[in-house]
Amino acid sequence: MQQNKHFLYQINAKPADMSKRFVSIWFQHLTTDWMIRRQPELKDVVFVFAAPERGRMVVKAVSAAAQERGIQPGMVAADCRTILPSLQVFDDKPERANKLLYALAEWCMRFAPAVAIDGADGLMLDVSGCPHLWGGERQYLKDIIIRLRSFGYHVRVAIADTIGTAWAVCHYGHTTPLIRAGMQTEALLTLPPAALRIEANITERLEKLGLYQIKNFINMPRRALRRRFGPSLLTRLDQALGQEIEVLDPIQPVIPYQERLPCLEPIRTATGIEIALQKLLDTLCERLAKESKGLRCCLFKAWRIDGKIEQIQIGTNRPSRNVTHLFKLLEQKIPLIEPDLGIELFIIEAPVVEDLTSAQDTFWNTINGDNAAIAELLDKITGKLGVHSVHRYLPDEHYWPERSVKVATSLEEQPATEWRTELPRPIHLLHEPEAITVTVAIPDYPPVLFHYKGVPYNVAKADGPERIEQEWFLTEGQYRDYYCIEDDKGARYWLFRLGDYKSGEPKWFMHGFFA
Amino acid sequence: MLHAAAKNDIINQLKREVCSLQGFKRPGDNTIINRLGPIEAAFPNKIFPTGVMHEFISPDIKGAAATNGFIAGLITGLSFSKGTCLWVGNKRTVFPPALKAFGINPEQIIFVDLARQKDVLWTIEEALKCKALSAVVGELSELSFTESRRLQLAVEQSHVTGFIHRYNPKTENVVACVSRWKIRSLPSIIEDGMPGVGYPRWKVELLKVRNGTPAAWNIEWMNERFQYAAEQTLFISDKRKAS
Repeated sequence: MQQNKHFLYQINAKPADMSKRFVSIWFQHLTTDWMIRRQPELKDVVFVFAAPERGRMVVKAVSAAAQERGIQPGMVAADCRTILPSLQVFDDKPERANKLLYALAEWCMRFAPAVAIDGADGLMLDVSGCPHLWGGERQYLKDIIIRLRSFGYHVRVAIADTIGTAWAVCHYGHTTPLIRAGMQTEALLTLPPAALRIEANITERLEKLGLYQIKNFINMPRRALRRRFGPSLLTRLDQALGQEIEVLDPIQPVIPYQERLPCLEPIRTATGIEIALQKLLDTLCERLAKESKGLRCCLFKAWRIDGKIEQIQIGTNRPSRNVTHLFKLLEQKIPLIEPDLGIELFIIEAPVVEDLTSAQDTFWNTINGDNAAIAELLDKITGKLGVHSVHRYLPDEHYWPERSVKVATSLEEQPATEWRTELPRPIHLLHEPEAITVTVAIPDYPPVLFHYKGVPYNVAKADGPERIEQEWFLTEGQYRDYYCIEDDKGARYWLFRLGDYKSGEPKWFMHGFFA
Repeated sequence: MLHAAAKNDIINQLKREVCSLQGFKRPGDNTIINRLGPIEAAFPNKIFPTGVMHEFISPDIKGAAATNGFIAGLITGLSFSKGTCLWVGNKRTVFPPALKAFGINPEQIIFVDLARQKDVLWTIEEALKCKALSAVVGELSELSFTESRRLQLAVEQSHVTGFIHRYNPKTENVVACVSRWKIRSLPSIIEDGMPGVGYPRWKVELLKVRNGTPAAWNIEWMNERFQYAAEQTLFISDKRKAS
């Protein structure tokens, strides 16, 4: 026994992960508090929520006032009425608690990025690295409690190194909610076994054996515990002590590249937003530089005090971590943020990041440096005028003129094949071929005269035809016979005849202009 | 007398300084060999000015094609085709593969296609401020003097060369560009009796040039460079036309 105890403490001396901190929030009367918030006249009324179960109304949730009078969830509503004739019973909606909890979880993301729903009436926050922004854990917890209580919720809160301990102290603790790093064992010792989140029958069996507190069995040989109570008790115990990893399932996945800036006073001016943006970009880019990454997409979110989120988004043509450049891009969109009554929290996120090797290669390769400046210019253009305004073309392996170029996907993409130059191509190509009327002396010969937009043109010189077939595997259609035509004034055109003379008079089109 | 000579010296000195401030280079400054030939003679110091803005006016769709061809030739001739160029326009019809024939790698041209004239101007100005670009081609129809002045100020800072192509403008108003050009297609030259269409050939008119002499040439684009129509070929083509 002595040996075991020694062993246990030794492990506790070095917790699994020093940096992790969790906050558990327990809403003791979640739905009833919400009802009072909606209908303040219910404040002094004793009421419960009940739902039919096996032909009787069973109490599902009780208000704080009802609980004081000894009414517990699980009692039959009719029995409660006999105890307390003034009791009001409302119908319970099963989904209400979940929805409410989800909304609260979203609201709580102002305290920490990773918020998970814990059971039917609680939240679990991974607050690692967050409390110092509020000036310490004590102030942090105080802020959470004060804000939630100001909404009218009865809450209990605890902070600890592990999810298990935070939950246990939150639900059953009676001294301090602030469990310092590595102090899980001390915090758990005096708590009842139910604090370990184990099934009711195990708790019952433990209590039958007189093990009313965790300290009664924490140092028992593990083999004995496993044999008598099953493996789940040991797992829960290990999780609470931090010897087994327990993962949180946040309602929104945490974006790894995120910076937050809570404000002391609500921000309402554009200047204020600019300062916040600059500060956040500085820290974000510093971090990106450390990890030699650059962002491709950036979200700037402003949480207003009325609970709405205003956000602006930018994208870049190549990974960037240039503060001034990113600031300029986001600055263009600041007028889109409506501060309304004020903004209390700013968050900057980089959901898409890519590797960006450090400035070393720009030092060696000036072309690369030029590219960066051009990419920044293009970002500015696409940011203001839309992504579809900028194009760069690469050759595509098609003869059909409209398909012979494709749009490059990135600034660095190089042509996979050579540009074809053996046949003449017009410097101006019409987006859609335009119909013309022609006078042709002999079939299969170039025209001698054509009318384009009502104006006649006399053909002086002609070249062709160059036959371009439709690609049957892509589309059906007739081939085109292209002619280079020069009129008597020297202007040069690219005309084509669609199909041949076998099936009636073929149509002629103007498709481009040569230089 | 001596006094007058000294005065002339000073004036010449000042003229040279003004020239260099306006973007015209002195013979010693030029490190890149331009392949432009006689065109350069029209400019001060016989050097085609870069880092300034040139204005091109085209009356119709055929003239626009000829003008764009000539601009593409200039980009190659000034060795700008080694870097990246921006081609800004609002109803662009330039077909990238055709640029290859003018010595430009089409993948080095970034096309910006915009719907509104206002956006085109904004983009041209931003592009002219970007030192990493070697040239900017802007296609638009109207350009006021004030607007052109803004572009000129951008160019003075960055020394990027701008080619402003004005398609069918309402008025040919004065703008703050170094030169004004008009390009028109000429019938191509092919040897007598042979069928087909020859190399692109233009009547290039330099209507205005600051501190230079306006001139006109018949220019042909052949073997990736400008060829100046010799008297004889001119004669042949004229004879052909007459016949």
